Amino acid sequence: MSITAAVINGIAILALLIAFFKDKEKAIQSLKIAGKSFIKIIPMVFIVIIIIGLLLGFVPPDAISKFVGSQSGLSGVLLIGVAGAIMHVPSIVAFPLSASLLESGASITAVAAFITTLTMIGFVTLPLEIKALGKKMAFLRNGTSFIIAILIAILMGMIL
Amino acid sequence: MKGKQKKGMVRDYILLGLVFVIAILLITFFPDKKDEVINASWNFLVEMLWILPAVMILLGLFTVFVPKKTVVKYLGKASGIKGVSLAILFGALPTGPLYVAFPIAASLLKKGASISNIVIFLSAWACIKIPQEMVELQFLGAKFMFTRLALTIIFVVIMGIFIEKLIAKEEDVSLIPTKCP
Repeated sequence: MSITAAVINGIAILALLIAFFKDKEKAIQSLKIAGKSFIKIIPMVFIVIIIIGLLLGFVPPDAISKFVGSQSGLSGVLLIGVAGAIMHVPSIVAFPLSASLLESGASITAVAAFITTLTMIGFVTLPLEIKALGKKMAFLRNGTSFIIAILIAILMGMIL
Repeated sequence: MKGKQKKGMVRDYILLGLVFVIAILLITFFPDKKDEVINASWNFLVEMLWILPAVMILLGLFTVFVPKKTVVKYLGKASGIKGVSLAILFGALPTGPLYVAFPIAASLLKKGASISNIVIFLSAWACIKIPQEMVELQFLGAKFMFTRLALTIIFVVIMGIFIEKLIAKEEDVSLIPTKCP
């Protein structure tokens, strides 16, 4: 187990203990929600795990780096940013996918753009957002999010 | 909503079956890639399983212990730096997909919370979730995670203020006759 995983598990156990100490009923309810969410996300986890295997096994690194690597420039970043905006996958599984992209030659900029647009922009949920907040605010939020996602990505590439 | 969720599950399993069949076919046709594919998948699966239960437990705890009512109550009237910090905190703590946050944002809007706080809250909800950051830490490392987190917070605040100014400006122009008593 990596240190990160150990710390995360430690925090979860500690939080759970505190929760049980404070309010047993609520803690049990939390565990039920945790179990349900776990079952719900499992198929998605396996889908992404298989895709990662195929990606690392079959797609040659130069192909990936050509599209979203450091040579691909801004067009590669925009391309993967749009992909992230349209894709509707739980963000939790987006991170292993991003790690495998990095491993096989994608640039930090591209991966940061992918994660940021994926989490911030909800193309599929846009109708719901319009219903809740109105057209203007929904379009402004999603549109501006895309621009700042690209800015964050470019800065990430410069810093790291 | 329940039926919709079930449909989503069925769709996920169909997709999983499809991906699985494609993977089996590819490995059968290219047996020399088999070890590489299985190794890569296995490593990522193990890494995922080490943290997924913990992440789900935190998600469950936040959902139950930070009720939506609290969010609306505090964020509805907070302003200034306090409002911004609360918007980020309340966005980062409770969990669930983004569409869960829309009704909260809508009731915030009705309660008269500032546009910038609502935008910051929604964006924090979307991409500064604590359990989510932990998965990012696990797979992409501390440097990547913390840099992206810091940049995201800065830009999300700028974005919130920008959208508020933009909407206020437009309303000044279009709503003057109706707004003035």
